[in-house]
Amino acid sequence: MNILLHRYDITQEDDFHALPDFNRKATLQHVDKVYKAEITNIIRLTEMEKLFHFRILDPKERDTFSFLPGQFVMLEVPGYGEVPISISGSPTNKGYVELCIRKAGVVTSMLHRAGRGARVGIRGPFGTHFPMGKMKGSDILLIAGGLGLAPLRAPIFHVTENRSDYRNVHIMYGTKDPSQLLFDYQYKQWERIDGVNLSVIVERADDTWKGPVGLITKLMDGMKIVGDETYAIVCGPPVMFKFVCNQLGKMGVPMHRMFVSLERRMHCGMGKCCRCNIGSTYTCVDGPVFDYWSVMNLKEAI
Amino acid sequence: MLFKTLTKKDFRSLVEIILQSNEVIGPKKSGTNKDGNPIHKFLPVAKFEEIDLGYQTTEFSPKTYFLPYKENLSTYRFENGEWEQDIRYRIQPRAIIGMHACDINALLKLDKVMARDKFPSPYYVSRRRNTFIVGIDHEPAEKCFCQSVGADTVTHGFDLFLTDLGDRYFVAINSDRGFNALAKVDAKLVTEKDSHDYLAVRAKIQNSFKTKVRIDNLPNLLDIEFESDMWKKWGNKCLSCGSCAMVCPTCYCYGVAEHVSMDFTKGQKVKQLHSCNLVDFAEVAGGHNFRPTRSSRLKYRYYHQHRGFVEAYDEPKCVGCNRCGTVCLAGINPPEVIADLQAEGHGP
Repeated sequence: MNILLHRYDITQEDDFHALPDFNRKATLQHVDKVYKAEITNIIRLTEMEKLFHFRILDPKERDTFSFLPGQFVMLEVPGYGEVPISISGSPTNKGYVELCIRKAGVVTSMLHRAGRGARVGIRGPFGTHFPMGKMKGSDILLIAGGLGLAPLRAPIFHVTENRSDYRNVHIMYGTKDPSQLLFDYQYKQWERIDGVNLSVIVERADDTWKGPVGLITKLMDGMKIVGDETYAIVCGPPVMFKFVCNQLGKMGVPMHRMFVSLERRMHCGMGKCCRCNIGSTYTCVDGPVFDYWSVMNLKEAI
Repeated sequence: MLFKTLTKKDFRSLVEIILQSNEVIGPKKSGTNKDGNPIHKFLPVAKFEEIDLGYQTTEFSPKTYFLPYKENLSTYRFENGEWEQDIRYRIQPRAIIGMHACDINALLKLDKVMARDKFPSPYYVSRRRNTFIVGIDHEPAEKCFCQSVGADTVTHGFDLFLTDLGDRYFVAINSDRGFNALAKVDAKLVTEKDSHDYLAVRAKIQNSFKTKVRIDNLPNLLDIEFESDMWKKWGNKCLSCGSCAMVCPTCYCYGVAEHVSMDFTKGQKVKQLHSCNLVDFAEVAGGHNFRPTRSSRLKYRYYHQHRGFVEAYDEPKCVGCNRCGTVCLAGINPPEVIADLQAEGHGP
């Protein structure tokens, strides 16, 4: 008998068992429930990275799942762990999630051993996105270093699929050496698109490399752009942001027209675990996409 | 707010009624420290006598009943190469008797992060809504500085709040279940003398704080003195043990890890409280650490308490209980660290 203190079963609340809508952010919901997804395809990119195609199994959940370029998911391998991974695929490919994953820890090493048909859990999408709508009518610089091409691939898809919305597009990509180049099978396709200019640079060339050698900023030397009519998206290691964004600044691009994607090791994706906290900001809900002013204004962001 | 008074005998009856069919947590004497003073912990009690409402402070905060040190987030059952996820929330009612204002204020701060912000945590909200809270006023311990951070009084976040008037309690009622609970015993209407006595007790408490900490300028000062050497001085003392976060009533950061049972039939996703002072707190894939030094991590702890949290919620995260200062083996405590920071702000 329980007269004074009634059981409060939160699972009985209205909408609690409705499919969580991750874009609506203040309702109490079953947010730790994962979408079950199957690996449908695996594409070897380099020795360390593979591109995985996942299909969310439940048709209802698959319909609900849509994302914007720059967002990430929490990917769970039951029994091994959960990791944040930014989405590399096209936003129009609804219910299908493409993730480019580097073998770096327990969960990602397990994934690299997994085969087609293996089932994982996905929560999300989480976080902010690149403001593709706001960028309409401008020149676009898409700049990536190393693994940064993984998150940049989603806006590349968006820009090429909505080509008439944007003016000139420059894709610039740099890695340490040619063996680390990601998505090299797509370069030819990108550069043939009308008004898309692709340049790739490596820090250390090998015998086969015929392209330019140097740091990514070298690709920007001598480039003529109108700062107020240009948007830039920069993805890569923290050290790259400073050099690239400073150079963009000198070329006249205002800080609020440069967007970067920050990397942190989130454990929840929902502004709770604090592991991605920078000052007052959670990278998982206030980011991972920030304009460069916000990054400059945050201590220890890069 | 509604108020009533309750004789101590009637309060005892109330707790005993709750005890009949519910788990009750209270401040319980669990030992003595090296100076011979009693150590108290919030523990389950079986009898009213086990609750010591005269306690000064507890080493651990009652946070553990809302954010357990370890909590199972979900269980996976593996069968024939397939898995199923199972998530359970704690829905058993529980009462906590004798929480101080600082600890209730701490819950209000946790509510902002866990229950009100984007993605409310069902694990937290379920525990919170199923917990009946009876708070109590007390005279501050020597090192308490809850008054300096505005956490010495509390106006909501509890069901009942008691102020000891000698032979009776003055009771603030803040929920219908609190009101209904008082209806089970002989709670009396408040007389003019009751109000007068209550205000006198409150005034006495208000005037008895010995430790004062200036915090109003900290958001600014923490930015200005971000590169100050004082962080190295305190950071070099820090053992990076994370004890401060474990005893803190508002520290909520955590890590998630998964374990598989010995027979490979089950996996568990377990959340475990973490600390921003632990070395791997801001480490990312590939090994880059955004806060590799002890001083940068200690600084971040203060930065989050008095700058980051203020910006997000217009109040500091700290409630001034000084548990972190008491537990720290290296003698790092907020009043001294903040005084140092204030001195730095005044220049040489």
